[in-house]
Amino acid sequence: MLKDITIGQYFPGKSAVHKLDSRFKIMITGIFIGMLFSADGFIALGVGLVFLIMAFIISEIPFKLMLKSLKPIVPIIIFTSVLNIFFLDGAPLIKLGFIKITAEGLRTSAFMVIRIIALIMGSSLLTYTTSPITLTDAIERLLSPLKKVKLPVHELAMMMTIALRFIPTLIEETDKIISAQKARGADMESGSIFQRIKALTPILIPLFVSAFRRAEELAVAMECRCYQGGDGRTRLRQLKSDGKDYFALGLSIVFLNIVIALNCVLG
Amino acid sequence: MDSKKDEIIISAQNVEFHYENDPEDKTPPKQVLKNVSLDIKRGQFTAVLGHNGSGKSTIAKHMNGILLPCGGKVYVDGIDTCDEDRIFDVRQRVGMVFQNPDNQLVATIVEEDVAFALENLGVPTDEMRERVDDALRSVGMYEYREHSPHQLSGGQKQRIAIAGIIAMRPDCIVLDEPTAMLDPKGRKEVLKTIRKLNHDFGITAVLITHYMEEAAQADRIVVMDNGEILMDDVPKNVFSNVELMKRIGLDVPQVTELMYLMGQSGLPSDTHIIDEEECADALFALLKN
Ligand SMILES: Nc1ncnc2c1ncn2[C@@H]1O[C@H](COP(=O)(O)OP(=O)(O)OP(=O)(O)O)[C@@H](O)[C@H]1O
Ligand SMILES: [Mg+2]
Repeated sequence: MLKDITIGQYFPGKSAVHKLDSRFKIMITGIFIGMLFSADGFIALGVGLVFLIMAFIISEIPFKLMLKSLKPIVPIIIFTSVLNIFFLDGAPLIKLGFIKITAEGLRTSAFMVIRIIALIMGSSLLTYTTSPITLTDAIERLLSPLKKVKLPVHELAMMMTIALRFIPTLIEETDKIISAQKARGADMESGSIFQRIKALTPILIPLFVSAFRRAEELAVAMECRCYQGGDGRTRLRQLKSDGKDYFALGLSIVFLNIVIALNCVLG
Repeated sequence: MDSKKDEIIISAQNVEFHYENDPEDKTPPKQVLKNVSLDIKRGQFTAVLGHNGSGKSTIAKHMNGILLPCGGKVYVDGIDTCDEDRIFDVRQRVGMVFQNPDNQLVATIVEEDVAFALENLGVPTDEMRERVDDALRSVGMYEYREHSPHQLSGGQKQRIAIAGIIAMRPDCIVLDEPTAMLDPKGRKEVLKTIRKLNHDFGITAVLITHYMEEAAQADRIVVMDNGEILMDDVPKNVFSNVELMKRIGLDVPQVTELMYLMGQSGLPSDTHIIDEEECADALFALLKN
């Protein structure tokens, strides 16, 4: 079940989206998120969606994969929509006892759901099309001005790389531990919420023990390979930007401006 | 080249070592290495045997300055491993591969992982590309350069770990039970890779192992027991001491064991035999008479 999590996975490809400089891709994703959150109405939100769909088609990422990225957030989507449908005041459309559904509630909930889905899809598109290394590399470069205020930028980027590297390993391990504990008769699916949290202890403890052991071994292995922090490092893959990156960035800014303009006109 | 052949790449001289105890623990710490002296010649393939806790991993970690001796000295290509300013020269010359392949791969893409050491050493990008590709080819994993490590088998992951070391162009590679977590197929792949690197590229290899069949392929076997070097000889001579090996909790190759048992029951036999071919010949000669 844990294997369904695709966050942080990379699907190599040769599309224009794959080829964009990761620094620009991060900036464009930021601008896209800006579009989603500045949009006041459906039309403005629609402009953001057009941008997403465009990027999505160019990226050649299979639609099924995109749907898969949404799977882990289904509970969040349901939760927000239920909250919005039932608890927003307004003229009721349907009334059943104390439950009432308002047109306002329906609209807001649809709006929120679309926004969340677009947000997840947009960020998944970023990780699907960008190798994690260049991604963390780009973050390191984008944040490097903050080194001046003593932010350990290289160390943060290294932590991210290692986290991404070990997510699949630890997920696999968790699955194994769960099966092992179940085979010993551990009950994890019944009882009150407190009992269930307690039932997690025999999973978390071995997981932590093993994670610490891994960390120790990894540290030695990194030392053996002459790791000495961020100073003087070179990179296998250099980040290079050219015309197409600026074009894509410019395009996203145009879209953001359209969204803002629509807000002013329609709002 | 031949003059280089006799050159000593790693020299451990009267090494003493103990791990630090917990601050609360007032008992004197256990001596893990006792006066260990060992010279590794350039181009040699050495296997290290010893039962659990005999200090194999500890001596291995002295060979590239991960651990520093409490007494005595370790020199790598003439450099004292205690010389802090030159520690990266030492580590670039002697690379290390560990048991669990999962815990030594840093990056999410194979070629990025192989490049890790080169990035740390500040190798320019063009040269790095070339060295990464060469390293991947030499372990036969070039086609997998864009895969993510978690899609690979244990043996493949271990070969990537080896490539990550080879990319540094070290003189010597120390492998601490690299096959312990692998299935028989993975074990074969990894051993073949080690032998190829040693034979074709002249890389000095130090292999710590629990598998006698692997050790039998080395030029030389060092047997450790309780923090000391008990034997240091060519495989034939080491394995012929069947009784001594058994006493310190080690095995001998199956064919040597067979010869030993034949000798016990009064048949003519030779416990210097360590490979199947030789054993078959000996048996054939025996049956013919
Ligand atoms: N980090 C450590 N702290 C304290 N003691 C240690 C540490 N690592 C090893 N030891 C002890 O040092 C001794 C030698 O350990 P070492 O790991 O070198 O043995 P080994 O020959 O590699 O054994 P194995 O075959 O199990 O790998 C053992 O008694 C062990 O308990
Ligand atoms: Mg060991």
